[in-house]
Amino acid sequence: MAAKTAAKRVVVETPIPDFDRLIHEKTRLAIVSALAVNSTLTFNELKAILKTTDGNVSVHTRKLEEANYLSCKKSFEGRMPRTEYSLTAAGRRALQRYLDHMEALINNVRTG
Amino acid sequence: MPDALRDHAVDNLRYIRETMERASAFTSIPGWGGFVIGLTALFTTVIAEPMTAWNPRRWLAVWLLEAAVAAAIGGLTMWRKGVRAGTPFTTSAARRFFISYFAPLIAGAILTVAIVRGGTVAPLPSVWLLLYGVAFVSSGAFSIRVIPAMGVCFMLFGAAAAFVPLAVGNLLLGAAFGGLHIIFGLIIARNYGG
Repeated sequence: MAAKTAAKRVVVETPIPDFDRLIHEKTRLAIVSALAVNSTLTFNELKAILKTTDGNVSVHTRKLEEANYLSCKKSFEGRMPRTEYSLTAAGRRALQRYLDHMEALINNVRTG
Repeated sequence: MPDALRDHAVDNLRYIRETMERASAFTSIPGWGGFVIGLTALFTTVIAEPMTAWNPRRWLAVWLLEAAVAAAIGGLTMWRKGVRAGTPFTTSAARRFFISYFAPLIAGAILTVAIVRGGTVAPLPSVWLLLYGVAFVSSGAFSIRVIPAMGVCFMLFGAAAAFVPLAVGNLLLGAAFGGLHIIFGLIIARNYGG
């Protein structure tokens, strides 16, 4: 009972910012972070940076595209398909908000 | 609980920073390749030393051969490290790295031809060391942190070589191309995955 009260008090005293769950997931956070420092990255470049599988990159980039955080350009290099991603203005704002939330969380706990 | 939240936020920020660094840096710098290049440069220094007095043209030929050997070792070990780590050579970071790296080396090659055509080889150790150092200082902006420091060390040796006779310049070439490659090669191999 005492433990439950303590836990409740912690939540009230240190409110968790309402952060963006979409980019809170590790792989999606990495995709958005990598694209924040590169104007464009291809599918294979993202896969190498993230050290993950084709399927994983595919699933998470699609989710970010659906949220309009990424734009995607498909083309051909010879016979090979080439998919190039870039961060949209909405995606950049989302990352900035997320960084602000993390900083706020650190500051709240520090001063709480 | 507040500590756990804070740690979680700190971990997330660190993860973002590390991902950004990985995405914006070309990391396939071959430490062991640099170490081997250092050994070949020391060997070259020893066999080139007597030629500084009696046949500077042959001295030049020996060092140009060393440059070709070093380029082959560097290229091969860089390719192997990149393939092993799954790091592509086509990212914008890699492109920026190679442009910044090769621009001073091309300038060095042109200056080498111009200086030799002028009938001397004495300024070459300084020109080579200074421009090789510049190549690392400029390309280091797109690579691991130790690279610009290595570039500055080469430039210091190059500055010293500008004011000494060819025989001493040859020793400075050995100290830099040999010693610095060995020292920084080991640092890179130990701290940056080979």
